[in-house]
Amino acid sequence: MLYPGAPRLLACPQCDLLQKHAHSAATDRARCRRCGAVVALPRHASIDRPLALAVTCAQVFVLANVFPLVSMNVHGDTISTTMPRAVWALYQHQMTGLAFLVLVTTLLAPGIQIASILTLLVCLRLRRGQQHFARLFRLVQAIRDWGMIDVLMLGILVSLVKLAALATVVPGVALWSFAVLLVLLTLLSSSFSTRDLWRWSVERYR
Amino acid sequence: MNRVLSAAGAGLILCLTCEQLARYQPGPAHRCPRCGQLMHVRKPASAARTTAYLIAAVMLYIPANLLPIMHTETLVGSEDDTIMSGVIVLLKTGSWPLAALVFFASIMVPMLKLIALTVLVLSIHRRWRSPPLGRLRLYRLVELIGRWSLLDIYVLTLLVALVQLHALATVEPRPGALAFAAVVVLTLLSARSFDPRLLWDTHERA
Repeated sequence: MLYPGAPRLLACPQCDLLQKHAHSAATDRARCRRCGAVVALPRHASIDRPLALAVTCAQVFVLANVFPLVSMNVHGDTISTTMPRAVWALYQHQMTGLAFLVLVTTLLAPGIQIASILTLLVCLRLRRGQQHFARLFRLVQAIRDWGMIDVLMLGILVSLVKLAALATVVPGVALWSFAVLLVLLTLLSSSFSTRDLWRWSVERYR
Repeated sequence: MNRVLSAAGAGLILCLTCEQLARYQPGPAHRCPRCGQLMHVRKPASAARTTAYLIAAVMLYIPANLLPIMHTETLVGSEDDTIMSGVIVLLKTGSWPLAALVFFASIMVPMLKLIALTVLVLSIHRRWRSPPLGRLRLYRLVELIGRWSLLDIYVLTLLVALVQLHALATVEPRPGALAFAAVVVLTLLSARSFDPRLLWDTHERA
């Protein structure tokens, strides 16, 4: 085991330069000496902070998908939709491919991502499930790029403006939930790094 | 020419999934000793895959922009909207910041991505020897903005779900949307297959 602050040999993911970094401070983010890409993220001591954030994310994610996103009042009629129902509407219009894309990027990928991060952290916390750790980790990494809650949030706002021209639009619980989820996901992803996960796994699965 | 040592030159491979640096072992399938992911010195067939996805994206770019993505029926009549006419409608009826946003996400970003990826792929095939930092920045830009072009797809999804006011107005998706979504996904896959370390390999060999 290296002592803290020992220079570590790192390779840049974007230019493959081999370099040594003395990485002592917890807030340090090491950058590639040649191209400036991030080669090492800051260390985090606490596993409880990402765990708490992941639990909250899971709860808010359920709210965001169960409650209506927006409601419209037109001549006394109220029309509202949830995100899963919007996907279903696409499917009913013979747009299976499009429905699948929206389903994956707004529901499946974020859902699986939150669930697998949560499982990973719970396993670490309870010092259990070491045999599944690597597989779960790879799942988290593979699915990370396909969740597009941030783009969806902007899409919701744009459609709100478009709909406001047609009728009175009332934002629903899910709209606020998606906004909160976006903030929580950002906090979650900055509360631990890949390196932390493996360091914790070494410390805890001894 | 100053001597720099790349990880590949030192017989090491960086695991792109868990950031572990491992010794290269020749063999059919080299797996990361820590997370078990398949490891490659460079992403497999990177230039060929990037090019293939790019060609597919360029071909679909034409129907994506010419075919209507949305059909609106109102009391005053019906109309088909393409990506571009959607922006123009926003400009006329809505506010111009919103039109600018949609123009950027749906027209500028896909076009920029296609051009940037073409430059990147050409520079690998033609073995450009100019300093790669500029092209690396281009690659980072593509990675950063790529996902935002799905904006219009989410707006369409919500409009289709909500604007079903039988007598007043209905919105239906049209095949152009599928072509547009395919362009976005194909360019995402293209960028993901690209290995920026190849830029430096040609540079170092010069």
